[in-house]
Amino acid sequence: MASTTIAHAPQDDHQGPHHGPGFYVKIWALLMFLLIVSILGPMLEHPMLTLITAFGVAVVKAVIVAGYFMHLKIEKRFITYMLLGMLAMVGLFFAGTAADIHRLQGTNWVNVARFQYIEKSLEEIKKLGESGEHH
Amino acid sequence: MATYAQPIATRRRASGIPTGRLAMWWLLGSEIVIFGGLLMCYLLFRHSYDHWHVAASHTNTVFGAVNTFVLLTSSLLVVLAHQAAESKQGGKAFIYLWLTIGGGLTFLMIKSVEWTMEISKGYTLPSNLFWSFYYTAAGIHASHVIAGMVAMAIVSFDVLKGRNLQRVELVGLYWHFVDIVWIFLFPLLYIAK
Amino acid sequence: MAQHVEAASGHAADHDHHHQSFWSKYVFSLDHKVIGLQYFFTGVALGVLGALMSYVFRMQQSFPGQSVPGFGYVTPDVYNSLITNHGTIMIFWFAMPVLVAAFGNFLIPLMIGCDDMVFPRLNRLSFQIFFLSALILISTFFVPGGGFGGAWTAYPPLSAKAAYNMTPWGSTLWVVAVALEFVAFLIGGINFITTLMNSRSPGMKMYDIPIVVWFIVIASILFMASVGPLVAGAIMLLFDQQLGTAFFDPTRGGDPVLWQHLFWFFGHPEVYVVLLPAMGIVAEVMVVFSRKKLFAYKTVLFTAIATGVLSFFVWAHHQFISGIDPRMANVFTVTTVLISIPIAEMCFVYIATLFGGSITFSTAMLFALAFMAEFLIGGVTGIFLGASGSDIYFHDTYFVLAHFHYTFVPIAIIAVFAGVYYWFPKYTGRVMNETLGKIHFWGTVIPFNLIFIPLFFLGASGDHRRIYSYLLFPDSAKPYLQDIRIFATYALIVALLVQVVFFINLFWSIFKGKKVDNNPWLANTLEWSAPSPPPHGNFAVLPNCYRGPYEYSTPNRAKDYWPQNEPV
Repeated sequence: MASTTIAHAPQDDHQGPHHGPGFYVKIWALLMFLLIVSILGPMLEHPMLTLITAFGVAVVKAVIVAGYFMHLKIEKRFITYMLLGMLAMVGLFFAGTAADIHRLQGTNWVNVARFQYIEKSLEEIKKLGESGEHH
Repeated sequence: MATYAQPIATRRRASGIPTGRLAMWWLLGSEIVIFGGLLMCYLLFRHSYDHWHVAASHTNTVFGAVNTFVLLTSSLLVVLAHQAAESKQGGKAFIYLWLTIGGGLTFLMIKSVEWTMEISKGYTLPSNLFWSFYYTAAGIHASHVIAGMVAMAIVSFDVLKGRNLQRVELVGLYWHFVDIVWIFLFPLLYIAK
Repeated sequence: MAQHVEAASGHAADHDHHHQSFWSKYVFSLDHKVIGLQYFFTGVALGVLGALMSYVFRMQQSFPGQSVPGFGYVTPDVYNSLITNHGTIMIFWFAMPVLVAAFGNFLIPLMIGCDDMVFPRLNRLSFQIFFLSALILISTFFVPGGGFGGAWTAYPPLSAKAAYNMTPWGSTLWVVAVALEFVAFLIGGINFITTLMNSRSPGMKMYDIPIVVWFIVIASILFMASVGPLVAGAIMLLFDQQLGTAFFDPTRGGDPVLWQHLFWFFGHPEVYVVLLPAMGIVAEVMVVFSRKKLFAYKTVLFTAIATGVLSFFVWAHHQFISGIDPRMANVFTVTTVLISIPIAEMCFVYIATLFGGSITFSTAMLFALAFMAEFLIGGVTGIFLGASGSDIYFHDTYFVLAHFHYTFVPIAIIAVFAGVYYWFPKYTGRVMNETLGKIHFWGTVIPFNLIFIPLFFLGASGDHRRIYSYLLFPDSAKPYLQDIRIFATYALIVALLVQVVFFINLFWSIFKGKKVDNNPWLANTLEWSAPSPPPHGNFAVLPNCYRGPYEYSTPNRAKDYWPQNEPV
């Protein structure tokens, strides 16, 4: 069988080329740039833009770390699929749960307790704000 | 206890990936679901509670940003350690591993200063659901940082003697994952206000 | 040849000769077979404990207020904690360790032809964490306040506040024990998956792997992908109990329904985590005792994968009356009814395997056939509960209880017995007594039906699951209903007593059973080419694999079986 020899070949860790330290430092510099973008993003005070600079950049950073530092780019493909599958599970959990937890009311139901909690919290915040002004 | 002899099974690699690295990937896969589940719970509440931005505005972006910088840099150090290990330079890998552990320590020190400040202002774990998530998520992450540091310390002494060099890559993978979790925690807890 | 190189450079030779003390051989062993035995006996011991609990609370139901022989009076809080721990133990400390961990540990390395798990020390750690979690769970009965009594699903706010559940220690230790158990199986699962992916014998390709190994590994992947949110949830619940957070407290912004989602997102795939290994064991037994090729190997495999994927989409059918959004109830009704398709398909494939075979009714085969018959009833009654309209009436009645016992008893008890009778010769080099085995079989399966068929009727007449004494409720206290309860309890006592026959058979056969050679059932898979019992290191020379596992009754061959490791 061909696999008898393939299965026990001693080396061949990664299929792709190996990079020098300079390459990794460049990747790190790119990550630093993205970090600065994500910090400066909220200063533009545009909610949609903040969302992109905060979470869009986080996704990009994660992909870069996974792809280059963790060598996912030159790893066997099924590892990527496995990790994406696990992420899909997380998404599935969110999707199935959002209708009940994310929303406070829906078809024929209202989550009274949590509406009361919001009211109570807003009152507390108002009180704190007033006492802050007095100081 | 009988001395440990590695079974032949450990050295086989029918999948084309060395056993240790394959297992590490599966471990990270299971960790994705653990952290993912927690962060999804946070998001589910975050969206329905607009007033949380008042609590969130008390988190310190500077500390969060410095910590992101520290972790990203330590990720660079551990990938350099991996590279040194691959070219069989155990001593160099040892130094890089301990620099990475230093990065982890810096992270934890900054974290404890930050938490001390917040606790002294009265924002504790049970004081509000936002703070509960803040401390729980960051706390579970910090416990992973500690675990990674311990693993690296154990691996480093073998590496110094030139043994088990492949383990540098494995702790490195784990460390990068811890870094990625923080990359998501940073905007979730500090930036989105 | 690759395996000669391996044997020379490996350590297989120095495995079996050095003398080992009892402690290093049986307690701190690194050998996958011994760790499998440890899981098996720990799981069975806890399973017996759980079964005895069911005796106590069934007696309380049938004769409320009277002293239970061998236990004494059952107070309501003791009743609650018995029910809770019966459920917890049977799922987490009996079905999981025996089906996934014990059979997985024993079978995976032997059936794929390698000398051990890829990480023997991690394997031992996995068992040690599991054992610790079992000790913690048992300790809850002896702490102030007694064992946790908030049902095995641990819904908050009941589970989250000591003021409600009255078990400040019991509830916390329960969460800790369950979380540790998850960690143990995550470690074990990584080991199983990596072993199958990397350590197959040379020549064993994807479709040469025995079905039971596939199914145990798919189950491990399902477990790994589903348990994460609940691990996070367990930490949140622990903080709610001990540190005063409010993750599940609606008055302070949390949401108890969130826990239900976290729990059932794991809890429903968990059913398939234990079902798949059971289906795999049944497949192996059926094929060998009908001397036929497994019908449609690839179909079985991909059906199992489809089942696994679908099992993630059905969890909210446990929550139809928990106040979830009715639109989601529609979605989950459809997916729940959909999942019966792959399972039904698998049943058809198994029946097609039997068709035209020369069937031997050995004890193992009888248990395998009983699994099919009984699980069918469990599956069909599930349709009433999967449809959200009828579930509103059946929810939390004895109908639900009878339904899931009709799925879990075939999985965790009947299929396990099939596996034990089938692989016992490999473990010991002896066979179990067939006459005692058949007495055990009929004595288990008939009383099992007599316990749970009456409970369907009780459920349909409206009996709620979690009632301490039905005599307190006029509608449920009618004499003929009480007669049905007493009948089911007597059937339970018979079923429990018959298990004594099994244990006598097991321990007698270990020492005095009839000796047999390495392959008593004339089976193909690789474990039968190893010596019985296999030494540490399993094979004298690690085998190569040349063909699929189910080549029985091949035309133009003298023998009706064709072992995987025979070159020609």
